[in-house]
This record gives sequence, structure tokens and C-alpha cells, in this order.
Amino acid sequence: MIELSINGSKHKLDVSPEMPLLWALRDVIKLTGSKYGCGKGLCGSCTVHIDGQATRSCVLPVSAAVGKKITTIEGLSENADHPVQKAWLDLNVAQCGYCQTGQIMSAASLLNENQNPTDDDINTAMAGNLCRCGTYPRIRSAIHQAAKLAREVK
Amino acid sequence: MSFLNKIGVIPNDESIFSSEDQTTENESTSIIQKLTRRTFIKSAGLASSSLVIGMQFSTLNAADKKDSAFSPDVFISMEKDGTVTIISHRSEMGQGIRSSLPLLVADEMECDWNRVKVKQAIGDAKYGSQNTDGSRSVRHFYYRLKEAGATARTLLQNAAAIIWKVKPDQVSIYNHQAKLKNSSQVLDFSQLVEIASGLPLPKKPSLKLKTEAEHRYVGKDNMKNIDGKEIVTGKAVYGYDVELKNMKYSVIARPPVLFGKVKSYDASETLKVPGVIKVVELPSLSPPAVFRMLGGLAIIAENTWAAIQGREKLKIEWEHGSNASYNTKAYEENFKQALIDPPHIVRNRGDWDKAKQAADKVITHDYYVGGIAHATMEPPAATAIVSDKGVDVWTCTQTPQSAQGNAMGVMKIPKEKAETVRINVTLLGGGFGRKSKPDYVAEAVFLANETKMPIKVLWTREDEIKHGYYHSPSYQSLSASFDKKGQVTGWYHGMVNHPIGATFNPAAKQAGSAELGQGDMPYDIPNIKITNGESDTFLRIGWVRSVTNINNAFAVSSFVDEMAVANKVDSKDYLLALIGKDQHIDLAKDGFKYSNYGENFDDFPIDTARFKNVINIVAKNSGWGKKLPRGHGLGIAVHRSFCTYVATVVLVSSSNKQVSSSNSQASSSKNKITVEKVYYAVDAGKIINPDRVRSQMEGAAIFSISNAFYGEITADGGIVEQSNFHDYELARIGQAPEVNVEIVASDAAPAGIGEPGVPPFSPALCNAIFNATGKRYRRLPLNQYGIV
Repeated sequence: MIELSINGSKHKLDVSPEMPLLWALRDVIKLTGSKYGCGKGLCGSCTVHIDGQATRSCVLPVSAAVGKKITTIEGLSENADHPVQKAWLDLNVAQCGYCQTGQIMSAASLLNENQNPTDDDINTAMAGNLCRCGTYPRIRSAIHQAAKLAREVK
Repeated sequence: MSFLNKIGVIPNDESIFSSEDQTTENESTSIIQKLTRRTFIKSAGLASSSLVIGMQFSTLNAADKKDSAFSPDVFISMEKDGTVTIISHRSEMGQGIRSSLPLLVADEMECDWNRVKVKQAIGDAKYGSQNTDGSRSVRHFYYRLKEAGATARTLLQNAAAIIWKVKPDQVSIYNHQAKLKNSSQVLDFSQLVEIASGLPLPKKPSLKLKTEAEHRYVGKDNMKNIDGKEIVTGKAVYGYDVELKNMKYSVIARPPVLFGKVKSYDASETLKVPGVIKVVELPSLSPPAVFRMLGGLAIIAENTWAAIQGREKLKIEWEHGSNASYNTKAYEENFKQALIDPPHIVRNRGDWDKAKQAADKVITHDYYVGGIAHATMEPPAATAIVSDKGVDVWTCTQTPQSAQGNAMGVMKIPKEKAETVRINVTLLGGGFGRKSKPDYVAEAVFLANETKMPIKVLWTREDEIKHGYYHSPSYQSLSASFDKKGQVTGWYHGMVNHPIGATFNPAAKQAGSAELGQGDMPYDIPNIKITNGESDTFLRIGWVRSVTNINNAFAVSSFVDEMAVANKVDSKDYLLALIGKDQHIDLAKDGFKYSNYGENFDDFPIDTARFKNVINIVAKNSGWGKKLPRGHGLGIAVHRSFCTYVATVVLVSSSNKQVSSSNSQASSSKNKITVEKVYYAVDAGKIINPDRVRSQMEGAAIFSISNAFYGEITADGGIVEQSNFHDYELARIGQAPEVNVEIVASDAAPAGIGEPGVPPFSPALCNAIFNATGKRYRRLPLNQYGIV
């Protein structure tokens, strides 16, 4: 049995310790907000927070997440009211939306560490998240806006 | 049921229509229909619906009395509390159609948008075409949906007139309310719905459609994506996310070579993987591929990870078949040979050969564009249950009716029992044409039937890259002849690729399609010859966002720029001069039976004035002609596709600075190209949702950067060599420029938006690179030159 702490709840899973966290979240716990895009840590669609750090769940064995605090998109906020989610909605960032949960988790992690990122900071922090629809310009704008929102709240 | 509610799919376990339904048939193209309350409750599961408006489009099954009399395409329904439900019969893949079309209906009906719900339609011929492809949702449904909205609004107006005992012209409808003229009296839609539902339908000629100026939502900039909140909270359901009770997960080992077969296999190690249930062989495929299953071996498992592990342990001996002879790089020589004297002349004006002989100067250049994969962020996925009640599928499809037909083919279900196959449409994690080819639906249905279990088939990224329906690589040769004064006298364009037609007919050899940016080039030149060569085909070839416009526009608009340079004329001025006088181009005069994206020439002419207008706008916005810093360059291109006119200016810089991308090759010492800024001017006629027009253009620029920088699928031994994002790269955020979009205010018929931003980008990019560096790149992708 593997015990994981996800979005503040304990989950006991009867899965192989090598199973990537992504499939445990999606197929076993039925939290499908974290997406599959490549299975190799190349696209960022599966991004979750492990102890606050943006992490690619498709290449992280569940055994490596034991004892850590896992946050998925479903646990990022109570009601879509995280500054990043608010900015995303305000700027209509999403097109198809599939990669956006991963983008949002990466952006939220960036803002935890850097409250006023430059374009270059954003480009570096978000380089691991692919978007085929091409929402990058709005993602950059939304991160700036979320940073502003977060500073105003504090 | 909870899942169905979650994705907004209408349960369809009962017949939608009964003989109680009232129908009013108009002389014109559509039949507006009002269904009785009971029927709709039965069909749509809306407990308290009172008013239901349906529309039927005569283009579909006009001869089929049963269908034409009773099959509405689009429903508007209202509940007793005034909540309006609008059915989205088109698929949402990021273009915003689930927001835009309902917005149009709601505006025409004078709804309060906050009291509107959108439900996704299942696949059913009664909706007319649901094939969300070809940038045509707005083009085909703009006026029809306005009529539906106006019908509902008029019924509500008539209902209020009855209550107030006045003539209808004493009643105005605004924002979910009726107002009595010269009075402060108002009635909410909820107070009108019962009476309205009992009234006869207004005749179509009596409908008064709102003018552009009267629109409150259409054309406005601040409309939010209706799925936005679900998307940012991870609650939105895509094809990959469908979860059913007792569902099993499947990945498939498909033949590495198209039409290859399983010779033998050993699944003993696979079956030892915890969670693997069984291995099922799929029927092998013979030509034509169409949308049928590729064959191979499916691993059925308790979770996706187990299925993937099981597939890795499977020992398979393949019989590759004749397509194993194919090597993409070597085949380029066949392409060149095919263009020596191409047998298909698609457009002919004057006498090119004579013009060439008489010319003072002839320039000729060849262009090559690599094959492209769709690389949707969500790979294909489908979930199916087969039971004695029929077949239920949940999937991310652009074309639910093709998916339905495909499932019926697998199950050998006759056409008259189509209603037993229910295709529920989820959100699509990107489409770009891949999800209008429902081979994955066939796989899920086949496996659900074989195993008698609910099955979700998931394509991994490797599957998506290796077993796609690719945009074909292409080879093109262009020539222009000039007289002594430098005036252009002739134009020649030969093109060859693997035709999409071969996916449907193995005998198809003629390259295609000249319809898409080759035969319809707008330049006014006295002698024109446009040809297609012939080619064999070895992979599944399909349409990728903007289709052969991708390569045709690249060659045509690069070559026009080369003509300008050869004549020492400014590229923008040269474009304008080459387009010439204001006119509607008649391609039939040149012997070209141009299909014009299926549209008539009265509403959708090839209008040279609109080409020139977008060029002038984009030139102004980009500061065309201004002095730029060293190493910078602007490039321009214009292209009409899907009846929309788009001009693009790209600003690039060339420098040795490190680009913020995991793609950049640190080992190369060459200067790198950065796309600094992109300008679009777009004339798509009337538009509904300007924010989504802009977002499609932003996306088209970045989609095109991926194509131009990295897009190349190659095969060796018939096997695709790329597999995932490390060797089939996409543009990353550090490479994404700011994109400036000006939408031309236009009263012309609404055209298309999803695709037209793609074609002019790559030539504008390479023209800009030429202006920045003096180097002309005639082959895509650009990563082969070490400059990206």
C-alpha cells in the first residue's frame, strides 16, 4: 500500500511503487485535472506541486511522492479564486484548455518563488509547458496580472 | 447520469421526435419547428422545459420526408424559470465555437447571457453537418442561427402582446424581458414561456433580424469562454478524461508500417504485468485507410500505466508489407521527377511556354516543405460501451457523425439503426484536423465489443506522432518571366505531394489540392500555368490546419517576394502592383473549376480590393518601411483561404543571443532567428466574437512557428522516425512573439477563422529572415539550417 497526501486528504493506493504519479491521480484516484501529454516530462501538461514545487507527475514514481504534500489543480483553490486562475479567466487565456491546468500549476509555483517576474523569468519558468494552440502571449500577460493581483491582496 | 451532466451531453436513450410535433414549413431554406413540451422533456431530459425551437436545414436529406419534416438541427429551449438552453452542435477544440454560436443565438433572441446554458449535441444527422472542420461553423450557420433566435424572440413578443392585449408592435424585447411601449410595464421571459409555447410559429419572411448595430453580444470584446472556469479548475472533461464504471484502459501496439500485419506475437511477459487483463488482436487493415483501425494488438488493463508497461513487454513479429520501401528523404528525387512534365494542368491563362521563350529574364526557384503531424496536446482517445441497447461512445471528435458511421461499420449496424449508436462529444484538447479522423473510435468500439467491457482507448504521444494522418511533404517549382522593362509576363507553379485522396482511394495519384492556395493565387499576370504532378503514397495523409495552403502559400508568397527583390521593388508595393486593379477574379476563365471552399461567388468572391486592403492595414500597423536596427527584418505575405483574407508582417531579429527555449542547440555557433513581433490584418467578413478571432490569429502564428522551425515528419523503411516532443518539437513560450491583430470591420458574408492565420505566416517569416540576413530559405523546417 502506498499512502499519498493529495490536496490535504490521505489516499491509500494499491499500486506498483513505480507507477507514475500522473496515472495514480487520473486512473486510481480519478482526479483527471492533471493531463497526459507526453509521458516523458517534455510538455508539462501533468504539472502538480510537490511540497509547493512544480513537478512533472508523468515521470515521478508514486513512491517518490510518499510523505510529501501533493497539490493538484483540483486543490489549488476553493473556487477558481487563486490569482493565477483569476487572471487566466480575465484574459481568456485558454483556447482548447487541455494544457492549461499544467500551465497554471507552473505559473502558481513561479509566483510562490518570484512575486514580480520579468518576461525572461516567465519564459524560463514556463519553458517546460507546451501549448499547441499558442496561448503563450496571453499566458505571459496573465502571469504579470496574477503577480499584480497577488501583491494587491498582500 | 452524473457524468453526462458534467460534460453537458444530452442523454439520448429515447426517440427525440414524435408525431405530436408541430412543423411549419417555409418556402425558403430552413424549417423552424416547435416541439411540444412533452416531446422535448422526453428527448432532452429538461424537466421543466416549455418552449422548444428547432431548426431544420434543407441542405440535409431534403428528399427524406421523415427527416426533413421532423429533424431540427439546433434547439433553443426555455425552462419555466426563464433559463434558456442552447444546443452546441459543433465541436469545441479551442476555437471558441461553444461560446460564439450560442452567443449569436442569445443575442438575436435578446437573452440575458447569464441566464443561458449551453449543451453539447450528440452525433446525429438531424443536426445537419457537425463536421467541425474547414473553418466553416460561422460561415455555414450565421444566418440560420440568427433566424432561430429571431423566431424565439418573436414568439415571446407575440405572447406578451396577448397578455397586454395589444398588437405585437407595441411590445419590445430586451435582455430577457418584454417591455410595453409608452409604459413602465415589463414581463420576464419566465412569465411568457407558457403562452409562447402554445403560439403558432411566425413565418420566416415576418422575422426581423437584428442589425449589426443592435447586437449586444455579437462583435463585443469582453465575452468570456463559457468553459473557462471548468478549464482553470481542472473540471473540464476531455476525451482522455472519460471515466465509466468498471471501465478498462487500453493502449494498442499498431503496425509500424501502414498496412503492415502481425505475423506472430508472444504476450506471456505482458500478461505477467500486474493490472494487465488480456491482449486482443485487432483486424489488420488493407487499403484504403479511410478512418478505419490500423490493426495491431491491444493491451487491456486496469489502468493506463499497466497497459503501457504491458505493451513494452509484448514481443511482436511484424509483416511490414510494401510500404516498407518508403524513405522520405530519398523520395524527394521522385517528387523532382514528377515535376519535369506534370500531367495535370489545373489553371491555364494565355501561353506560359511562349511567354517564357519570349522573356528577357526568367527566374525559377524550388521549395520544399516537410510533412507535419497534428500534435494535439490531447492525443486521440475514445471510450465505448457495447450493450444490448446499442453502442455508447464518449470521445473528443470534430465529426461525431463520421465517428458514428465508423462505429456502425465496425459493428455492421445498418443505416436505419443509426440511432442505436450514440456519439457523445467531449471537449477536444486540440483538433487541427486530427480529430476529424475517428480511427480511434473504431478501435474503442471494436475492443468494447470483443471484451464486453467498457473500454477507453488512449493514444500515447508516441502513437500520435507515429500513426498520424500527416500533412504531406511537398516539392514545388515556380518560375516567372519578365520583359525588358521588368514587367512580369508569365507565372508557372508546379506542385507535387502525396495526395490526401490516397487515404480514401489507393489509386489516387494527382497531387492536391490546387484549390488551396495554388490555383487560386490572385496575381494579375497575363500568362499563367499551374500544374500538379503525380505521386505514390505510403503513410496516411490527411488535413492539418489549413491543409495544402501551408505549402502552397509558403512557395507562392516566398516567390513573389523573390520577384520583388529581383526587380528591386519594395515587397509591399510589389504585392499591391501584382494584384492589380479592383476586380472579382474569375478562375473559370482560366479553365479552373475552383470550388471556393464550397461557397458561391456572389457572397464569397475572390475580391482583389480586399487583398489590397489587408496589405495596407498590416503595412501601416507594422510600420512597414521604417528603419530597423541591424540584424532585424520585416517580411510580408498575403493569402486568402477559407474565404478569409489575411495579410501578415513578421518582424525577426538574427543574433547570437541565447533563446530561452529548451529547443535551442547550444552546439551551433550560427546566429539564431527570433520572431520579435507578428502583425495580422484579417478580413473575415462579419464576425461574432472578436476576442476569439484574435486568439485564433495569435495561435496561428505560434502553430506556424512550430511548423516553420521544426515541422518535419520523416519515415525510413516506411516507419515514422519521430516519436515525442524531443524529436518532434513545438515552439515554447520563449519563442512566442507578441501578436498584433487588426480585424477589418466588414459587412461581407462571414467566412472562416480557425485556419486562415496559418498560411501567410511561414512565407512572411522567411521573407523577414531574408531582409534581416540576406539569406533566402526555401526549405522548411528551418532547424535543418541551424538558425533556430
